[in-house]
Amino acid sequence: MQIKSPEFKQSARIALQDVNLQKALGNLKAGFPGKRAAAVARMPEFDRLRDEARDLKNHILEHLDLYLEEFEARVVENGGQVHWCRTADDARQTILQICREQNAKTVTKGKSMVTEEINLNEYLEENGIHPVETDLGEYILQLRGDHPSHIIAPAIHLNLEDVSEAFHEHHKRPKLTDPAALMAEAREMLRKQFVAADVGITGANFLVAETGSTIIVTNEGNGDLTQTLPKTHIVVSSIEKVVPTLEDMTLFLRLLARSATGQEFSVYNTLSSGNRRPDDQDGPENFHVVLVDNGRSDMVGTEFQEMLRCIRCSACMNHCPVYGAVGGHSYGWVYPGPMGSVLTPQMIGIEQAALLPNASTACGKCEEVCPVRIPLPKLMRHWREKEFEQHLTPRAVRWGLGSWAFLATHPMLYRLFSSSASRLMRLLGGQKGRISKLPLASGWTDHRDMPVPTGKTFMQQWQARQKQENKS
Amino acid sequence: MSDTQTMPIKVGLFVTCLADMFRPEVAFATVKLLEQAGCEVEVPRNQTCCGQPAFNSGDKHNSRTIARQTIEALEGYRYVVGPSGSCIGMLHHYPELFTEDDPWKARAEALKARAFEVTSFLVDVLNFSGIQSEFNGKITYHDSCSGLRELGIKQQPRQLLSEIDGVELAEMQEAETCCGFGGTFCVKYPDISNRMVSNKTGFAADSGASTLVGGDLGCLLNMAGKLKREGREVQVRHVVELLADMTGTPAIGEADYDLGQPL
Repeated sequence: MQIKSPEFKQSARIALQDVNLQKALGNLKAGFPGKRAAAVARMPEFDRLRDEARDLKNHILEHLDLYLEEFEARVVENGGQVHWCRTADDARQTILQICREQNAKTVTKGKSMVTEEINLNEYLEENGIHPVETDLGEYILQLRGDHPSHIIAPAIHLNLEDVSEAFHEHHKRPKLTDPAALMAEAREMLRKQFVAADVGITGANFLVAETGSTIIVTNEGNGDLTQTLPKTHIVVSSIEKVVPTLEDMTLFLRLLARSATGQEFSVYNTLSSGNRRPDDQDGPENFHVVLVDNGRSDMVGTEFQEMLRCIRCSACMNHCPVYGAVGGHSYGWVYPGPMGSVLTPQMIGIEQAALLPNASTACGKCEEVCPVRIPLPKLMRHWREKEFEQHLTPRAVRWGLGSWAFLATHPMLYRLFSSSASRLMRLLGGQKGRISKLPLASGWTDHRDMPVPTGKTFMQQWQARQKQENKS
Repeated sequence: MSDTQTMPIKVGLFVTCLADMFRPEVAFATVKLLEQAGCEVEVPRNQTCCGQPAFNSGDKHNSRTIARQTIEALEGYRYVVGPSGSCIGMLHHYPELFTEDDPWKARAEALKARAFEVTSFLVDVLNFSGIQSEFNGKITYHDSCSGLRELGIKQQPRQLLSEIDGVELAEMQEAETCCGFGGTFCVKYPDISNRMVSNKTGFAADSGASTLVGGDLGCLLNMAGKLKREGREVQVRHVVELLADMTGTPAIGEADYDLGQPL
């Protein structure tokens, strides 16, 4: 996927003017937050579970190597194979290799953000293999040559009309407008692909060390057909998704569904534990797990380690006023919203992604709803520190901050500045109490008036009052 | 507060740079409230800005320099109280700026333990319930993010406001959603900030309130500026102005008064 994060501001401006996108974002805001709140309200122990989940994730991250090796050992015992991939390129090549060994022409895919991260679809196409997305949202995006704008509702930026149009154009059928009819048509188209596919690729929500199982959590059931029908099943997962036991997994499942969609439990929670055994009725003959690092192990032991607790529920973006205003594509890469603003700089570099961790008012809503209590505003601030240390912060901003800091640490000068600035503003707008146009502050006055000081500064007035009191 | 009548509580006022420059009445109202609650208020001389712009922009060196000065300026008071959840929240961040072996760490922790936003101080620390004020009209309350999420300020201002004679609180939709100010955010991302504040002013107007009240001047200047630009009737005031019965000054961004003071 082409990186467009440096164009965040332009993309955001366009997004704000896009009537259809704004309508779609309105649907998002009207849906997820309310459903989550209701689900949380029905579960008095929710906050306690969040603490447990945070602590357990911290424990896992302290022993990540141990649990991953245990996971690998169990997968191998179950007859599967584990492939360790340090980079996105390693992962792509490994997957291609497996597909080639199977002489695969077509692969079906369950929804997976990691495969977006490693740009898998494009790579497979370039190498003569046709990937078919089977999650409805992803399927629509693939028809349109589009990318996800949200990690669990990938086509949230589209409206019914867009889907109707895409199906009509690509399926060569009469135009449908009823959502149920559209879904039936997609199902009909996909059914053939499920049967024809040589390889099925899914992601994983969790990897269970004690059993060597992977689990996917979906609401459509497409993932199940993707992983059970083809001869070969490839699970692509990032390394931080490992949990010690099945019981630990259930703790995260309880938090995940409620935080994501407000469901008590997702519709399909499907475990894969190796390839088909002799007495199994179905399942793949070959079972591969591709473990993707792609910068994650570099985060361990740093101020960004807490980000690896993320379980990809999307609550942070669902509640983020910035995401809600500009949508996911504005962020210019795979992961949008607050979690993306922390992850993206790690993966594509702070030089390219600096605008993302700055695109936050630090309002803290994301941290408030995070099921594993990731301090997202703090982590975004840490990226700003990296940006500042590396002198990537724009020169005018650095100059402004330096000047302000100089004033702030010289109280007498500061008083002189504040009283003069107050006086100047009162001269400019005192009659009305506000200024509508201020040359150096157009970022403010383009959109709103600038209220002017009501009189001399407090410090001036207070000193005058003290003098008065001392006299009398 | 019987014990406070014999032994006044010494409070250092953290004025905040926005109150100092844009709306001194907010600081005076804070002093009045604290005195009503039995405190002896002083204004520490060497205070300036809490350093939040540097802190939020990743400039750790300058954040630390400003923090050290502010810590020093605010030492020697039983409590430090200010009319802003955001600036007091910043004082609470100071310990993060120093390593464990730095002697400033303990001083930063000590300041954090003594620093309170004014409505939280009145309710949570002093258990104060002696508001003497009158305000006739319907108001709505904006929960500023830092106060709400860093300091747990939600009920305190509402409890105090409910003691005012004549006031009626009409909660707006999404009272807890950010207004889009965000310090330097509003000038770095003006288009997004504009959308956020427009949503906010819409909700405020829809609440039917004639006055929008909040506890942080940054947010209030932002929302008042937008309401004025949109030509809406809703007035904006800091919560302490209502609580201290000091609503004689024109609302934020208005000036229907005689410019009595010399410029």
